[in-house]
This record gives sequence, C-alpha cells and structure tokens, in this order.
Amino acid sequence: MAILLNRDTRVLVQGITGRDGSFHAKLMLEYGTKVVGGVTPGKGGNEVHGLPVFDTMREAVEKTSANASVIFVPSAFAADAIMEAASAGIELIVAITEGIPVQDMIRVMEFLKEKGTRLIGPNCPGIITPGEAKIGIMPGQIFKKGNVGVISRSGTLTYEIVSHLTVADIGQSTVIGIGGDPIIGTRFIDALELFKDDPQTEAVVLIGEIGGTDEQDAAKYIKDKFNKPVVGFIAGRTAPREKRMGHAGAIISGSSGTAEEKIRAFNEAGVKVASEPEEVAKLVKEVLK
Amino acid sequence: MKLLEYSSKEVMKEFGINVQPGFLARNMEEVRQAIDKLNFPVVIKAQVPVGGRGKAGGIKLASNKEEALEKAEKILSMKIKGIPVKKVLVSEAIDIDREFYLGIVIDRRSGKAVVMASAEGGVDIEEVARTKPEAIHKLEVTPRWGLRPFEARELMFKIFDDKKTALKASGFLLKLYSCFAEKDAQLAEINPLALDKQGELWAVDAKILIDDNALPRHPELESLRDMDYADLKELEAKEADLSFVSLDGYIGCCVNGAGLAMATMDIIKKYGGEPANFLDIGGSSRPEKVRKAMEIILRDPKVRSIYFNIFGGITRCDDVAKGLIQAFKELNVKQPVIIRLTGTNEDIARKMLEESGLPLHPVKTMREGAIRAIEMAGEKPLI
Repeated sequence: MAILLNRDTRVLVQGITGRDGSFHAKLMLEYGTKVVGGVTPGKGGNEVHGLPVFDTMREAVEKTSANASVIFVPSAFAADAIMEAASAGIELIVAITEGIPVQDMIRVMEFLKEKGTRLIGPNCPGIITPGEAKIGIMPGQIFKKGNVGVISRSGTLTYEIVSHLTVADIGQSTVIGIGGDPIIGTRFIDALELFKDDPQTEAVVLIGEIGGTDEQDAAKYIKDKFNKPVVGFIAGRTAPREKRMGHAGAIISGSSGTAEEKIRAFNEAGVKVASEPEEVAKLVKEVLK
Repeated sequence: MKLLEYSSKEVMKEFGINVQPGFLARNMEEVRQAIDKLNFPVVIKAQVPVGGRGKAGGIKLASNKEEALEKAEKILSMKIKGIPVKKVLVSEAIDIDREFYLGIVIDRRSGKAVVMASAEGGVDIEEVARTKPEAIHKLEVTPRWGLRPFEARELMFKIFDDKKTALKASGFLLKLYSCFAEKDAQLAEINPLALDKQGELWAVDAKILIDDNALPRHPELESLRDMDYADLKELEAKEADLSFVSLDGYIGCCVNGAGLAMATMDIIKKYGGEPANFLDIGGSSRPEKVRKAMEIILRDPKVRSIYFNIFGGITRCDDVAKGLIQAFKELNVKQPVIIRLTGTNEDIARKMLEESGLPLHPVKTMREGAIRAIEMAGEKPLI
C-alpha cells in the first residue's frame, strides 16, 4: 500500500525545460512514474521527452488530470510555483528547490493550509515508493520494495542509509526526504502519522540532524502514539557548537538542537540510534525479528 | 548572515528605532574622533561575533576622555573567547532605569514568526526560558496580516506597568517587526530594551540574523557583512556557492549534501581521525564547483589527505569526475585523494576516472573511505 505515492499518481514537472527538471523527468519516467507533462511559463506547446509542456499549472491540470507535481524551478520563483500548483488543485507537491527564503515559505504554508494541500520539502530529494513510482531526484536503483518506511531531513545521507538497507535485503515501503530547511511542509511527526496507518510498513527509520526540535517532537509522538518499532540516526554529533543554529530558535523550544539532545530524546522513546549509517540496517533487522 | 551589534543598530535606526548616538572605531585614532563628537559618559563595547562580552570585560563605561581612551585601548587589545577584538562601538551612555527583552524569530514548529517579550531583559534570555518560561510572553504573527498594532499593544501591556511607556513600546515593537519582515530576518532582537530615567526607550544591544537565502534580494545588506572576523576560506567558498566550515583536523572533506557531509565528519571522528573541514558542494554540482572545492581544501596547510564522499542524486557523478580531472590538471595536488563515488551516472564517472590515469584511491563504502583517509594521513585508525 505504501503512503502518498503509487504507480497511479499522475505527476507534472514544474520547470521541466530546465537542466535538472528535464534530466529528472526522464529518470522518473524510466522508473515507472506516471509523469503526464510539465510546466514552464512561456514554453507551452513544446514537448520534452514526448511530454506536453504547458504555460500554466491550471491548464496542465485540466488537460492531464494530474494530482501531484514536482518543483525544479529556481529559488526566487519556487514559492510562487508551489502556490500555483496548490491553486490548480494539486494534492501532493514535492519541492526539490533549495534556497527558498524562509519568509516566503511562511506565506506558502499559510496558503497551503487553506487549500488543504500536502507539501514535501522544500530543499528535499523527494519521495519514492520502491517498485512503483518516484517523485524527485532519488537514484531509483538503490531502493527495494519492502516493509520499512524511511523519513529523512537529508538527501544524500538517505541514499547512503537506504543502500545499506537494500544490501541487507531490507526493502522499503515508502521513503520520504522531508527536507533540511527550517520551514517544511511535512515534518517527522506528519510522516509518522501516515506510516502508522499503512499496513505495508512494519518499522520506520528516522534520519535526523542537528538544529531545531523536530526529532524531539517525533520522539514524543513515538512514545505516546506510535505503534511500530523505530530506528534513528542523527548527523552532526561532531559539529562544532558555535556553528549550530541561532539562539533564538532555541528559546522557543527551550532546547538547543544538539545531536546529544536528539539522541537522548530518541533513546527515551525507545528508538534505537545507530552510531554510523551502516549500523542502521543491523538495528532494523533486530527490531523486525 | 549574522550582523554585529553596530550593524544591527544601523539597520534598526533606518526603521526609526531609537539607538544611542555612537561611532564604530577600529583603532585609537578613530576612538579619539568618536569621543570628540559624543557627550560623556560614554560606553565602549567590543564588537565581536561571540556572546558574553560583558563578563569578559569587553564593555566599559567612561566618564571622561582620559578614562575612555584608556579603556578603549584595553578592549582593543583583548581577546574574547579566543577572538582578538578588532573594533569597538563608542556610544553615549544612558541612565538605565529598567531593562526589557524584545525579539522576533522564525518558529519552525508553527511555521510562523513569533514575537517574544519579557520584563526580564538584559540577561541571558535562554536562561530565562529555561528557569522561568512564564516570564516570556509570546505571540504568533499571522503571515497574511503581519503584526497588528493591537497585538503589539496587548503584548506590551503585559510587560510594562506604565501605560504611556507600554504604548511607546508598542510603536517600538511594530518598527522592529517592519525591520524583521522587510529585511528577511530570521531573528531580530533587542536585549536589553532599556527604559531610562527620563522615560525614553532605547535599543541598547541589538542582534539581527538575515536569512542567507534571501540575500540576493537585499544587495543593500552586503556592505554590512562583517569582514573583520570572517574566515577567508569560508568567504571564498560562499562566493563559489559552496558551504564550507573550517575545522582543526587534517582530513580535507568534500561531500555532496549537508547531512552526508556531517555524517562523514562524524564517521572520521568515530574511527579516530580529525576532519579539517565541513564542505558541502551542494546538489546539481557543476565541474567548476568541484575544482573550486579542491582549491579551497588545498589552501589549508594542515590537510594531509582528502576524502571525496559523493552519493549522486541530483549531483551527477560524471560532473564530479570532470571537476576532479580539471582540479588535478590545474592545481598542485600532492595529498592522497580517497574517492567514493556512487549513484547517478556512477558508471560513466568511474570510466572517466579510470581513463584519466589520475592517482586516486577509490573505495566502495563510506566507512572504508574514512578509515583509508585516516591511514593515508599517516594516522592509525581506531577499529
């Protein structure tokens, strides 16, 4: 069953005529994703990889009945692109773009809330349901269909850990890269909630990093409400202190976002924490026994 | 981008926030010039990118010229938390009656700007948050409307007993919010917000953190970038769109993605090595960026081995290979280069590197790479 994405999801690529948009549209098609078209304002009427290009999301949705979109447009225009997708009735938006100003994202989040749209990212690698479809930039060949859900704040670190899972013959139900920005559409707890009700998912891997308190919030949720075993990894154990995120963010939560703090929160919630990426696979095997 | 006190005050002044008359001085001549234009008593404050200046003796009052010069000289020759003081802010001192706290910050959890205000100002606000959280009043700002005047008043009536002062402070807070919103700040903070004996409010210390992602639309802020304390390698990296942090170790690291870059530092440390830097070449990496990354790593004389850990997604391995070949051609690479390449276009990349005949040390896994990098730097890994 997996979550959010399957082989029937119909995907539009926003920014399909750009270098990255075009390259990854092709890889998504090759993986089996139902990519139905793309949008680049001013380039409507063209074709990319045999897919129709439209000027606006509204027209693209009308003509293709797409229900998901992926955003590859440059950061200065990405907030607008997300809002355009939501406005056109897209249900799932995956924003790959890195470098969107945080105050733009504040407005985007308010807009999406009113529309009831789910956003993954920004600054994320996307989402993949192995064996069915992928939206984003994850290298498909390292994934394997199975029963472990993965949620991660990082891109390449996710690939690192997933490739160890796959080598150890541990398949994945759905893998979500939620993104590394301060304000993101789907946080750890939101993704956990989805995995909770997914019968295919029997365990979850959480890949976190220093900064913020999303991991601590996730730990609390796991302790109180989650019904499946969880394995964690936190990057940045050795990051120098003075380079951590600003103090004022820490005031609100009464916490400083260090790796130790997150690991402690995980431990207290019964989440086993790996000390290096390879170890995650071993711990998942243990909890699935 | 973090603005030091004097720059933060400069920006706040533009928005009509009351700051004491003062001047920045980098040497004694400039201190003298500043003093001649100000009324005594004056306050001399070290301008450094770390906290705890007061405790370290970096903030001093002076009631006459002689005293001011003596104290300024002392501060300009001191180190605060290991950082030599390169500049001071000389301002007219005010007669402080009470100190408050005002701050606006991006809250990740709610996805909104949050205003914080407290009658317990002038002290470490994190300490207040820990020990007496009820003393900090918070307000989430509705993105569409921004901070409304009535909301500012409601909040200020909570921390000021005197109604007239509360109303004045509301105006202050609205200006601070304009500053926060218009300059794309992630944090704008006044601590302390001081009430003087005449009933005036002043931003006695100020801090602004600008969202780096928004800097392209604020060219006016570039001139406020602090160059006196910046690490030159970090600045150069920033210019090349690389994310780089200098560290003390001897293994140069070049990784794609912040999470994997941190995990690479962590694994090097786990096996007993010391990373010389954090370097994320980012996604969608062009060959020139890889070459530039190598150039910046090589600038550090402590580097004894270089570890490339690349897991391709949006980054294409062939781009990295191209950049590496270019780097070897144009730069004098004497250190052993350990390389782990996997993901998008890895076969093309591997072939390119093989055909180039470069003296690289390919490894299959991240752990193997870390251990190899430690060995090739002449150290013994802990296994």
